[in-house]
Amino acid sequence: MSDTPTLLYCRCAYAQVVPSGVKNAVLQQLCDSGASFETVSDLCEMTAHRDPRLQELARCGRLRIAACYPRAVTGLFQQAGAPLPEGTEILNMRSLTAEEITRQMLRTEDLAMTAEPA
Amino acid sequence: MITHTARPLKVVLYEGKGAIPLPAEARLKVMTALLDKGYAVARVTTSGSQTSAPQDDHTLLLLGSFPERQAPALEDVTGRIQIEARDITDLDAESIVALVDKTRGQKPMNEPGKWKPWFPVIDYSRCTNCMQCLSFCLFDVYGVSEENKIQVQNNDNCKTNCPACSRVCPEVAIMFPKYQAGPINGDEVSATDHGREKMKVDISSLLGGDIYSALKDRSAAAKSRFSKERSPDKALDERKKCLTKLVSDGFIPMDVLASLPSPDEILRKSEIAKARAAAALAAQPGAQPAN
Ligand code: SF4
Ligand code: SF4
Repeated sequence: MSDTPTLLYCRCAYAQVVPSGVKNAVLQQLCDSGASFETVSDLCEMTAHRDPRLQELARCGRLRIAACYPRAVTGLFQQAGAPLPEGTEILNMRSLTAEEITRQMLRTEDLAMTAEPA
Repeated sequence: MITHTARPLKVVLYEGKGAIPLPAEARLKVMTALLDKGYAVARVTTSGSQTSAPQDDHTLLLLGSFPERQAPALEDVTGRIQIEARDITDLDAESIVALVDKTRGQKPMNEPGKWKPWFPVIDYSRCTNCMQCLSFCLFDVYGVSEENKIQVQNNDNCKTNCPACSRVCPEVAIMFPKYQAGPINGDEVSATDHGREKMKVDISSLLGGDIYSALKDRSAAAKSRFSKERSPDKALDERKKCLTKLVSDGFIPMDVLASLPSPDEILRKSEIAKARAAAALAAQPGAQPAN
């Protein structure tokens, strides 16, 4: 476990409820940064099948998640038997702008950003 | 309905030590294509932010652009995870997805567009364990845990785009994350949302989910009045009327009505659900005996 947060992006690929402009821009900015990050195709799908990778993610210690409503994301992890660790930050791509999301996701005070890929 | 629980392999886009970072445009394209196909992808750089390593036996597929186009041979120190590495220099996103599909082989996988994960998610910070949802749902989606706590147990049984049970929950504790509008989609619950409780209780009693009065109905006179009022035919009729209203109000889709079981089956199911809910309520600490 580490103090550096794990960044997680949910694509919400199984339904078009997250505005595509926002989710594309967030993914682009994560890709353009030098950060390591996790992405999943759809958190709901993983919860539906109690995917054990949700437990792996919840075990990361600290998480910063770009997905949808915090109540929904918290409920999804809990329902999958992988309650989120305390202090998890959830950024809502259904209500915030891509700029706000990426600014929070890539806050550098606790991310050790050493690489700047092309 | 999806019944399998197979998980596709985890893909790592490796841009750490020993690999050449991908051009920005290619990186975005391949991430997007893999995610839209249904894969989980981690991007790994030399930066200090964390990624999660798989703990079970599914395959990790590492993709990268390596010097001399030679992917390294890798082995998991614990010997539990199978790691495969592939060089993707000069491959376009389509070819990379094909390569990942090939590595997955015959293992089944869910895909966006072919199925919609639609099931209730309970906000336990609001839920009071009243069991209205269990009594209400005709498709056995809800159940109770060993501790008699409400649980979503058969999520694949839920009818796509039907958020009906969220309308009967008196605490606005049932969410459908793929729903368009709040608070059902998980948005914060406002005082107005909570104020709709009255309507919800009316609906649930119409539907025969009136657990509280059933439990509290101690006097014989009240009991006989209750049974007259709730004759099977009348209860069924009311349930249908209420569901039709939910359809016309745009709360549930028409095909949910069309997929309802036969009248006999509805009555049988609702009796079973009510009995399970009543038993779970009676087993809760501090519950009063029904008689
Ligand atoms: S109806 Fe709502 S409050 Fe009652 S048990 Fe179900 S989720 Fe909880
Ligand atoms: S939405 Fe409809 S089918 Fe799904 S759990 Fe609720 S009542 Fe049952």
